[in-house]
Amino acid sequence: MALAVGCRARPGKARDNKTGSWRVFRPIFDHEKCSKCGMCRTLCPEGCISEDKDGFFIPDYTYCKGCGICATECPKEAIEMKQEEK
Amino acid sequence: MMEITEGSHAVAEAVSLCRPQVISAYPITPQTHIVEALADFVANGKLDAEYITVENELSALSACVGASAAGSRAYSATTSQGLALMFEVCFNAAGMRLPIIMSIANRALGAPLSIWNDQQDSISLRDSGWLQFYAEDNQEATDLHYIAYRVAEDPSILLPAFVCFDGFILSHTYEPVDMLSQEEADRYLPGFAPAERLDAADPISFGMYATPEYYLEFRYEMDLAHKRAKDVIAKAGKEFGSLFGRDYSALVEGYRLDDAETVIVTMGSLCGTVKDTIDEMRAEGKNVGLLKIRVFRPFPTEDVAKALARAKRVAVLDKNISLGSKGAVALEIRDALYGSGIPVRDYILGLGGRDVRKKDIREIVALLERGEGDQFYGLRKEVL
Repeated sequence: MALAVGCRARPGKARDNKTGSWRVFRPIFDHEKCSKCGMCRTLCPEGCISEDKDGFFIPDYTYCKGCGICATECPKEAIEMKQEEK
Repeated sequence: MMEITEGSHAVAEAVSLCRPQVISAYPITPQTHIVEALADFVANGKLDAEYITVENELSALSACVGASAAGSRAYSATTSQGLALMFEVCFNAAGMRLPIIMSIANRALGAPLSIWNDQQDSISLRDSGWLQFYAEDNQEATDLHYIAYRVAEDPSILLPAFVCFDGFILSHTYEPVDMLSQEEADRYLPGFAPAERLDAADPISFGMYATPEYYLEFRYEMDLAHKRAKDVIAKAGKEFGSLFGRDYSALVEGYRLDDAETVIVTMGSLCGTVKDTIDEMRAEGKNVGLLKIRVFRPFPTEDVAKALARAKRVAVLDKNISLGSKGAVALEIRDALYGSGIPVRDYILGLGGRDVRKKDIREIVALLERGEGDQFYGLRKEVL
């Protein structure tokens, strides 16, 4: 991304800002435990969890900030937060 | 046309000739007469501008930020505590690259409360990203407003600017001022036409967040703009000179400097007192000269080094103090002369409106020649 003078931005720039770099803990999804309830997708503040063709849920690590709400709320405890190594 | 007028009114007149579209300010001594006059101009239909009255300076500069982002030429004026209240907005205006011009009628900062002059207020915002011009007299104070707008609005710069002049000493003093006509002002300063502006039909946000991967680069770009501004100021000052006969191409200006062994460096109205003293001392055979700093940000380090290369000793007169360190101007001069071996001594003086007279300049030259400096000058030992 080239720098915009005065850090000015058109709407929709959130797509261009790869907020995944903020992450300290990475959510790891265990599809063995997952009941496909979709709570993680509903509560993700970044809107970066989507359903795959088999009905499981996968995060987009390009945008996931690692807030951990999905892991805290998952009724099956199927999401584990693991420290990032950078 | 030559007028004999109060400094504040001369500045208001010049600002009006710059055709600001939005003015927002809050009255504060000694800036009040400027904004009073501008409010009159707007109310009487002399100036076609939106005058936004606000509850304090934080709002005044915030209104200017919005106006400038929306594509208007914006103006404010303040001093001292008012400028202190604008601290946050100052950094934002610069970071959003909004070419707002603000007159600063320099005044001391409290506590203790003082309405009188020194330059601590604008100096304390030296790192905010605003360009800083300092005027010696009311002619310069008015002329620098046109130049400031020209430089600030240059697409390669896009930075806000302070035009600073000493409170009371200039703002409340009647001096002859050669005022441009509206036609002349328009010829020098075309309308503000930014490439990007707030527009509901084509939305854009200014000053978005920057993650650690980008923030450093944004500050770097601002610093580059400051460095480019040195040339842009020189060009704008030269063009002003070719049109109106008063050349402001030099960011620092020497007075009887060429063969001077002892050089005094200072900014603002004090330069006039120093020049008069130099004339007297020269008549007595003393090789004394002045280097006047007209532009403090960006700081013209190379110009200073060149101008002072032949000096044997330098006294810097600072109407400010970075408490626990030195005067802000002296630090810059020492940096410019680093490695040259030329001794630079700092004198903190004139704070809170203390008069600096010709005999004080003579005394400082004597101190400098004895190698005594880096001190507060003129302390009243009987009250300590």
